[in-house]
Amino acid sequence: MLEMRGITKRYPGVLANDGIDLQVREGEIHALLGENGAGKSTLMNILYGLAVPDAGEILIDGKSVEIASPHDAIQRGISMVHQHFMLVPVLSVAENILLGEEPMAGPVFVDRAASHRRIRELGDRFGWQIDPDKPVGSLSVGWQQRVEILKALYRNARLLVLDEPTAVLTPQETTEIFGVLRKLRTEGYAIIFISHKLYEVLEVADTITVIRRGKVVGSRNPKETNEEDLAELMVGREVELTVDRGESKPEQPMLSVANLTVRDDRGNEVVHDVSFEVRAGEIFGIAGVAGNGQDELVEAITGLRHASSGTVRLGDRDVTHASPRELHRLGLAFVPGDRHRFGMVLSFPVTDNLVLNDYYHAPYASGLRRNDEAIAAYAKEAIEKYDVRTPSADVPAGTLSGGNQQKVVVAREFEGELKALVLDQPTRGLDVGSIEFIHRQAIARRDTGVATLLVSAELDEVLEMSDRIGVMFRGRLVAVLDGRTADKEDVGLLMATGGREGGVQPQTLEEAS
Amino acid sequence: MSERTGFAGWWDRARAVAMLPLISIVLALVFGAVLLIVSSPLINGWDPLLPFTAYRALAEGAFGSVNGLVNTLVNASPLVLAGLAVGIGFKGGLFNIGAQGQFLAGALCATIVAIALNSASPLVAIPLSILAGMVGGLAWGFIPGALKAFTGAHEVVTTIMLNFVAIQLVSWVISGALRGTGPAVTFARTDPIVAASLPIVVGRSGHLGLLLAALAVPIAWWLLFRSTTGFEIRTVGANPDAARYAGMHPRWITILTMSLCGLLAGLAGATEVLGEVRYMPASYGTTVGFDAIAVALLGRAHPVGILFAGLLFGAMQAGAGLMQSQAEVPVQMVGVLQAVILFFLAAEIIVRRTLRIRTAGTGVSSELQTVSRSYGEQASR
Repeated sequence: MLEMRGITKRYPGVLANDGIDLQVREGEIHALLGENGAGKSTLMNILYGLAVPDAGEILIDGKSVEIASPHDAIQRGISMVHQHFMLVPVLSVAENILLGEEPMAGPVFVDRAASHRRIRELGDRFGWQIDPDKPVGSLSVGWQQRVEILKALYRNARLLVLDEPTAVLTPQETTEIFGVLRKLRTEGYAIIFISHKLYEVLEVADTITVIRRGKVVGSRNPKETNEEDLAELMVGREVELTVDRGESKPEQPMLSVANLTVRDDRGNEVVHDVSFEVRAGEIFGIAGVAGNGQDELVEAITGLRHASSGTVRLGDRDVTHASPRELHRLGLAFVPGDRHRFGMVLSFPVTDNLVLNDYYHAPYASGLRRNDEAIAAYAKEAIEKYDVRTPSADVPAGTLSGGNQQKVVVAREFEGELKALVLDQPTRGLDVGSIEFIHRQAIARRDTGVATLLVSAELDEVLEMSDRIGVMFRGRLVAVLDGRTADKEDVGLLMATGGREGGVQPQTLEEAS
Repeated sequence: MSERTGFAGWWDRARAVAMLPLISIVLALVFGAVLLIVSSPLINGWDPLLPFTAYRALAEGAFGSVNGLVNTLVNASPLVLAGLAVGIGFKGGLFNIGAQGQFLAGALCATIVAIALNSASPLVAIPLSILAGMVGGLAWGFIPGALKAFTGAHEVVTTIMLNFVAIQLVSWVISGALRGTGPAVTFARTDPIVAASLPIVVGRSGHLGLLLAALAVPIAWWLLFRSTTGFEIRTVGANPDAARYAGMHPRWITILTMSLCGLLAGLAGATEVLGEVRYMPASYGTTVGFDAIAVALLGRAHPVGILFAGLLFGAMQAGAGLMQSQAEVPVQMVGVLQAVILFFLAAEIIVRRTLRIRTAGTGVSSELQTVSRSYGEQASR
């Protein structure tokens, strides 16, 4: 039903789209796969009337059309579900869905009865129990996404574009949203699904189109391809999806957490009596569904949150109540999970971000004076060593792609004399190439004798990287397993149930360490 | 990317930042011209050329003579100092509406010391009075800074309240303990300041305060962009969470920033009362502390920008008199122009649309975000 021909879009200095052809049929889930910055978003912005192509044409049902604005796109049955939802949190579900398309009862009043009926009808088609009067802000992220989809369907969309819909979802919500997409497919909707997660597109798509550097580099049928093939297409070279982490040579315990109990901002105890040791030269991974106390645990270890009881030791020092700066000085580095909130200042140049926690001492400062030459020289070196792709060291860090932003954080934290390294979701939202790079660097650092604590909501990452694996469930460390023998199913079950429903007999802490 | 480096890159960025203020000024002058033409029948009959006469008189009054130029500088220097007091606040993520109160606190403390030392040597009286002014302003900035850091009280609320406290405090001290007794005193004010009165360094009225203001600009620039403290101030302003992660202490930085703002506004008050007024009235009818907000916004919270913005506002005030006498346009027109400049600055979307500016240039959004940041937000995370 949709055909895009020879779409070309040039931005100053970049060819974002270079003669892209794309065909989407009715009743098809078409995955658009590519690294960050490959041109997926530009292409979709053109389709949705947010950008004007320099060349090429768009055909709908065989007729050439001009889409100059989102309004045009919606008129022609194209709807977009953005990664960051376009919803008004204080308005109700019904009000959000109707916004701009209210059925009127007379010239002034909205026909509430009719609108509620239509929304319920729409929800029933998917078996969703939707309360149209609930404020959207009170819904979970997964339900908010459904409201976005309903919004599109309410406007009679025939082609739905979903921009990285799973980035914000839990694994369960992801499975559910895939169910919704399959249902929409059988009803004859066309769906464009943007992602850079390989296993997802293999699972749900009918056709996979891979874009690299603004060009279509291949189309695949998911039944005839695999992750390695797709990754190679996407990155343009062979990629090792699973890192060979080699043998670890663990030595003495370096980062020890004993009976740690931590409260969240509301005062609820979210980490209960957690104990573990990370030895020099090993990676200790913590698996767990997001929100089981990992964030607070990491914040307590890194000095951003007060532990209510228990101790944290770095080497033979008690650092339970040490400040972030003391910890940094003692050799604890920390790649935070939310790099935009904690890890960097987006409006500052790359240089400043590279010395964010070292700005105050020599050689980067003498007394009160910043030594800009030393900072610039160090930045040049770090940018090269960590392969940060940036037009210059002086551009605001916020203008870099996500992968390169994270490389800036990694460059800053991995350098210097380290005893321990805390990696919180180090590859969240990154493309395959950057993930591979960061994993390699982490293993290289481990091999220099750094005790590494890896916390990740991506089970695959924990399994791949960790020499030992701890599983967190409702604030407790419910099991510690050997990374060489741990089985994905078992860990998944422990993550979901905490190990109480049988199946796995977790080792005791003493046995595993 | 077409990002240039080195000097060329610096120039690109400077142009991008300065474009919106410059366009706002031009648009305000155009708007003022229309207003003048429309209202010309009320003055001397229909006169489509009135804008030219008025603006020429305005420019002549500000730049046309040595005295005009000095007047411009005298008007600009407190605006620059107080503008820095607001601008540094913006950089630190704080909206300092209290420059007015800090100005008055500085003026009052300077006066108290100056009157006490009225028979001392100027070599002693001048530095001590100026120092007293800076300390007074610093105290008036420290209070809201500490309240924000330790209780989360929003600085917009506390600084506004402290403005009123300062007004009443000045009135109480001057009409009471410090009320002058000399022959020159015909209303509630102090005796003339003699020993501590600032020497004239240029023209008829160009006092020492001009030099202090001129000195404050490079110092503020160095502090913000070349010192570790400035880096901390800017980091706390841009992202307090990242500042904490990086081992900085956002609470102390907040207190330091507000104190520094107060110090600068206090210095403005001290130089104004010691150098320009040369006595302290019980009801000090100045708006420097409020004009400073406009100066800081127009100067994009950058010391160099604030210098130019302060000079512009100072020039308009200096030229207003000649505009009134030559073109018979009331001096209040200058206030209208200042307000309209600020309006276009804030309404950047209108400016961008009308002039079809698409990508180039950066908006004042970061400063305005500080202005509008929610009151309930906890400062002391």
